[in-house]
Amino acid sequence: MTKRIIACLDMDGGRVVKGVRFKNLRDAGDPAECATAHARAGADEIVLLDITATSGHRRTLLDAVRSTAQSLFVPFTVGGGIRQLDDAAAVFDAGADKIAVNSAALRDPVLISRIAGRFGSQAVVVAIDARKVDGGFEVFVAGGRESTGRDAIQWAREAAACGAGEILLTSMDRDGTQSGFDCELVRAVAEAVSIPVIASGGAGSARDFVEVFRAGRADAALAASIFHFGIENIGELKRELREADVPVRWPC
Amino acid sequence: MIAIVDYGAGNLNSVKKAFDYLGAEVIVTDRIEALTAADKIVLPGVGHFSSLRALERTGLREALLNGATAGKPFLGICLGMQWLFKGSEECHEVEGAGIFLGRCERFPSSVKSPHVGWNSLAIQEGSRLLRGVAEDSFVYYTHSFYAPEVAGTVAASEYGLRFAGAVEQGTVFGVQFHPEKSGDVGLAILNNFCEV
Repeated sequence: MTKRIIACLDMDGGRVVKGVRFKNLRDAGDPAECATAHARAGADEIVLLDITATSGHRRTLLDAVRSTAQSLFVPFTVGGGIRQLDDAAAVFDAGADKIAVNSAALRDPVLISRIAGRFGSQAVVVAIDARKVDGGFEVFVAGGRESTGRDAIQWAREAAACGAGEILLTSMDRDGTQSGFDCELVRAVAEAVSIPVIASGGAGSARDFVEVFRAGRADAALAASIFHFGIENIGELKRELREADVPVRWPC
Repeated sequence: MIAIVDYGAGNLNSVKKAFDYLGAEVIVTDRIEALTAADKIVLPGVGHFSSLRALERTGLREALLNGATAGKPFLGICLGMQWLFKGSEECHEVEGAGIFLGRCERFPSSVKSPHVGWNSLAIQEGSRLLRGVAEDSFVYYTHSFYAPEVAGTVAASEYGLRFAGAVEQGTVFGVQFHPEKSGDVGLAILNNFCEV
């Protein structure tokens, strides 16, 4: 079984963007083009997150999902603004394989069971944004701005019990900083649940990926900014992981 | 014409899209007449074994069995492959086709479940479905129950134990992984099915 390298496209108004700690967004291109390029370069999966999703933007998102899914033959996850079963159904219908839910699931965990009941657990990723607070990890929403007062590890357990197929765990302290994954956070969640955990936030070098797979016990790791701007090539990253004896899909 | 069976479980878009990409003529259908008229049948599926109950309710089960046993090329994907076995521990009330012996079981608790991600294939020589696919090629899996290695297993993967990745008997084929999500390797496998 290999460790997965997932490329994440954060999308705003139909364009792929990336910011540091969800601020200072920079334009990185068309989602369909970015997705195909990442898949060709060796990404094991693609995640498209609509970071400014409001009801008025649904059509833009669905159009982007449709065009991205058209020529993509690796798993494709879509998140952002999925508040109810119908939103998820529309995104699946447009070509997504999995959906990611975040704040709506926190408000109403039954949403996880509802989507899993209809589309299967394998299609439901629960995204958790966490920050270190007083020695523990707390769940944040609204792009990391609002604290919920919930414990991240407990919430991950509850989400898994509701039928989540995977946890996408983002360290809001590290996101966009390229200073390395938060291995302490990732390991705490990975050991608390029996479903796969995708580590996110802080990828900056191949060494960071090795660390999060070893010390963090992550099943997959996700990164966005380092891949968009050519700082790191996915093929090169996988070569380095192989040299460090981390099993990856190869040739990719 | 390839008929993709729509029995109301999960999302069939990606399977259809992959065949479209390969230039195959495909329809997604829940009609028995369309299955009878088709040259080949694909039974996709994700989720719970109980969703296969819809096949019995709609009379599709009979049409699928007739097609498969009459030599019409048949490809079961994921849950669709598990259906080709006798049944699954996931749901005892639904009977599989029994074309392959053995029942599907849950992965042992020593490994994380579901088994999600890219795993390699140990391939038996002579498979028509896997013709040209290199040993140790990676394919994408997502499932909590596995089919055992039996006569007819043409590829195996390992996750806590060895299980059937692909099965083949005559023109009846099954893959536990998702060829429509397995990049170029998956497309090659679907192309082999088109050419059977």
